[in-house]
Amino acid sequence: MKRKSQSITNKLWSCSAVLGLLFLWQGISSLRLIEPYLLPSPERVGRALITEFPVLMEHAKITLTEAFAGLFLGVVIGFIIAIIMDHFDKVYRAFYPLIVLTQTVPTVALAPLLVLWFGYEMTPKIILIVMTTFFPVTIGLLSGFRSQDPDAVSLLRSMGAGPVSIFRYIKLPGAMKQFFSSFRISASYAVVGAVISEWLGGFGGLGVYMTRVKKAFAFDKMFAVIILISIISLLLMKGVDMLSKKCMPWEQKQ
Amino acid sequence: MVHLEAKGIKKSFDGRTILEGVSLELREGELVSLLGASGGGKTTLFQVLAGLCIPEEGHVLIDGEEVTGKPGKVSYMLQKDLLLPYRTVVDNVALPLLIGGMKKREARSKASQYFTLFGLEGTQKKYPSQLSGGMRQRAALLRTYLFSRPIALLDEPFSALDMLTKHAMHEWYLKVMEEIKLSTLFITHDIDEAILLSDRILLLTGAPGRITKEIIIREEKPRNKEFHISEEFLEYKREILKHLESEKIR
Repeated sequence: MKRKSQSITNKLWSCSAVLGLLFLWQGISSLRLIEPYLLPSPERVGRALITEFPVLMEHAKITLTEAFAGLFLGVVIGFIIAIIMDHFDKVYRAFYPLIVLTQTVPTVALAPLLVLWFGYEMTPKIILIVMTTFFPVTIGLLSGFRSQDPDAVSLLRSMGAGPVSIFRYIKLPGAMKQFFSSFRISASYAVVGAVISEWLGGFGGLGVYMTRVKKAFAFDKMFAVIILISIISLLLMKGVDMLSKKCMPWEQKQ
Repeated sequence: MVHLEAKGIKKSFDGRTILEGVSLELREGELVSLLGASGGGKTTLFQVLAGLCIPEEGHVLIDGEEVTGKPGKVSYMLQKDLLLPYRTVVDNVALPLLIGGMKKREARSKASQYFTLFGLEGTQKKYPSQLSGGMRQRAALLRTYLFSRPIALLDEPFSALDMLTKHAMHEWYLKVMEEIKLSTLFITHDIDEAILLSDRILLLTGAPGRITKEIIIREEKPRNKEFHISEEFLEYKREILKHLESEKIR
């Protein structure tokens, strides 16, 4: 009971902080401390969000399709790589540094190259998202697989369990916590990755919309799309949290 | 009848010999304790007997059949309860049945039948983190029991419990042992516990470890509650302590 009321108070504080900042922003715009075409007031941003809503949704659909496809493939590939690396130590030692290396290449640097190779359709965008999302999943799962109690493994072996049973009963469920915290990161990477890759060319999507309104100096629409993107990211992360609660009921009953 | 037999076991790690020439026998329905100092090779011997590691020399036989290095022939329980935190209690104890290929629903209902006997009633759907230390240990024992091998190897199963819980567990264990006919080999470094529970006590001493003495506890089972404060009990204890002392000097 106490914890619940505490979390409500916490929410109250963060809500009032957000509201306060909005008022401050509105005040600055109303008093024309900053030119309104440079910093549109929250009220104008809100209006842009409403009037542009149908258009934004069209673009969001494209961005979300890319993000989901990329995230799904990234997680699946991350899973497969983690399982292979966990099982074959030589593969782990050969490819682990290489995988880390792929992460030192900045996404923005890679995107134009992918556009040149695969064109302006969805393929290069999905590839880019896969490349950024598989990595946290692989790393999280690998450390999860490797952190299991060796005594628990020998106990299962003493019951006659083979590698498949040990994976199923110990390694996989034991790595779920690490998996979900990585998955959460990957989910937010997916949306950002999709937007960035759209900046560099494409026929639709929130990133394309963003470059268009930028060229038109429509700052209110610019802010509107930024807010939409962060809302989408938050919702995705919330979705992952809900999924993780569903998949790890034991975490709720401590 | 001899159930489990070890002959001339030798095992070393990193060039250090842990066990040398260890032989022992466990007969049907017997409870034999293996007593010795920590780090004296008791757990290594158990791993050899459970088939989890292969000795350089010697053999392990069950009912005369060679089982050296073959896991899955005996029930094995460690000091840590090793209940998996992400499985409910019933799914934890049913694990040996699931690994044996039983269907989930059948395994659960079979495991549930024993919850009352093991003092775990109503905990089926809880998670291990919600149980007390004694309950967790009983759940681990039930899991060991459900593996249903006629031989159980218990490696200091009660040593992590506080004294009062431990005492209650001893009484409970002796009662349960009568109901479920098991042959048990029991590791402990607690002399009182060994005398209280065992038919025979084997003393594993020295480096490398050998079995240097066998003590037979003639007190009948089920044992009287007064046994652990009786004169005979102290006599056994004196004999064991004297032997351990003389081994230390050598």
